[in-house]
Amino acid sequence: MMNSIDDIRAQFPQLQRTVYGKPLVYLDNAATSLRPRSVIERWSRSASEQSANLHRAVHRVAVEATDAYEQARDAVRNFINTPEREEVIFTSGTTHAINLAAFSIGEAFIGEGDEVIVAESEHHSDIVPWQLMCSRRGATLRTLQVDDTGHLQVDLLPSLISPRTKLVCVAHISNVLGLVNPVRSIADICRQRGVMLLVDGAQGIVHQRVDVQALGCDFYAFSGHKMYGAPGTGVLWGRRELLEQMPPMFGGGEMIGTVRWSGSTWAPLPAKFEAGTQDISAVPCWIPAIEALKEMPQDDAVRDYLYATLTSIEGLTLYGRSSDLSEKVPLFSFAVQGVHHEDLALILDKMGIAVRSGQMCAEPLMDRFGVTGMLRASFAPYNTMQEAEYFVSSLLKAIKMLQ
Amino acid sequence: MTLKEKQQQIIDDFSLYEEWLDKYEYIIELGKALPPFPEELKTEDRLIKGCQSRVWLNCEVSGGVLNFTADSDAIITKGIISLLISVYSGQTPQEILNDDFSFLDALGLKENLSPTRAGGLASMIATIKAKAAENE
Repeated sequence: MMNSIDDIRAQFPQLQRTVYGKPLVYLDNAATSLRPRSVIERWSRSASEQSANLHRAVHRVAVEATDAYEQARDAVRNFINTPEREEVIFTSGTTHAINLAAFSIGEAFIGEGDEVIVAESEHHSDIVPWQLMCSRRGATLRTLQVDDTGHLQVDLLPSLISPRTKLVCVAHISNVLGLVNPVRSIADICRQRGVMLLVDGAQGIVHQRVDVQALGCDFYAFSGHKMYGAPGTGVLWGRRELLEQMPPMFGGGEMIGTVRWSGSTWAPLPAKFEAGTQDISAVPCWIPAIEALKEMPQDDAVRDYLYATLTSIEGLTLYGRSSDLSEKVPLFSFAVQGVHHEDLALILDKMGIAVRSGQMCAEPLMDRFGVTGMLRASFAPYNTMQEAEYFVSSLLKAIKMLQ
Repeated sequence: MTLKEKQQQIIDDFSLYEEWLDKYEYIIELGKALPPFPEELKTEDRLIKGCQSRVWLNCEVSGGVLNFTADSDAIITKGIISLLISVYSGQTPQEILNDDFSFLDALGLKENLSPTRAGGLASMIATIKAKAAENE
């Protein structure tokens, strides 16, 4: 059921707060979204009534905590349509998920002289784990470049893939460009050539209805905190046949089968990859977070208004442009001629507007476009048209102050 | 003017503005008014580490006092470094080392800068102190 924007806003307590005596206009949703009451209350209930460790004890509270944790796994499984529930691995976030994938894929599948292809527009969290793995395994990292509009040059991918290529890594949606990458086409290219595909879904999970089977990828990673869930939660989904072959990255806790001085064995999936005590209070929040996401109204008016307005401001360069706005999410990164992004962010902050400035964890992309940083305004369905208009008028005022 | 007098002058100027937006307007004007900084002085060793925006600080000694010039690619940062060098230029290394930089607390600058920029301010202060220590 779709709710009106007023109903939606009423569910997010932080939208009621002020900064410097002004109403908070929160436009940094791509960094972290706000949380609805349902998520906050679920977290509070876990913490106040269901504190017990998982899977180990037989007592009542431990059983409740374990059930809540495993129900969250089912909710995630249904949400992204994984073939099996055991393929959903809980992590602390996308960064953890990709690091885990990089380590274990490297150990299992990558040898000296092999190649991994990473898109030029990736977040550092989808670059550095591969650099670490490649240097450990003696493999080579290659990049799939973007064009001047910010689109991945997918037509170059087939020629980039060599007989030594084992894996391709792309974001579903770039956290800087806000363009939906053609994951299905990329998956088809990879599958024809027997290459694995990992998708960084940190932004994609928020804006797309993700069906990992329809996407055709082998791994999909995302975070809870960007989709109204609890911070410190994330998911790595992977195909069972691959996960089964991959060794664990962390040892201890419920990940063990048997432990002997002569050597240990591992628990079956998913426990094999969930060493140590998990975030027992936060993980159950996946359930209300997924519900909240599903109930968000789908309205493109704010995106269309901002795209049209920002591209018409003189001296402003928007990165991530498209003639087809259906592939653009309401995430706008830009630079203004003669004005430093940090100055703009600071002035906007004093006007009550929270935006991001800097390299956005994507230094190679900043280099690609020849800038030291950008300003990013990222909108959620709870942001109103009035907020978008206030953002534009404040931006123009700030530019005038600074020029 | 003595060091303390210069600091008091800035505190007085700042207190004229109630809103932080107006204080920024003042800092931006300071930044815009800073004399041009020669491109050839924008070297790695003059770059202040720890700032999100780039800040260059040049220090020259003449007649026993330090004279600072500076530049930044961000205008608010430029205004802040302008404010700092207007206070500490013309002072002896000893005077700078004896100062506790507490006039900045009276301005409320640190609290009203983003954490990254407050970190940048700390780096600017540390660099000015280091220059004074080098020339003591």
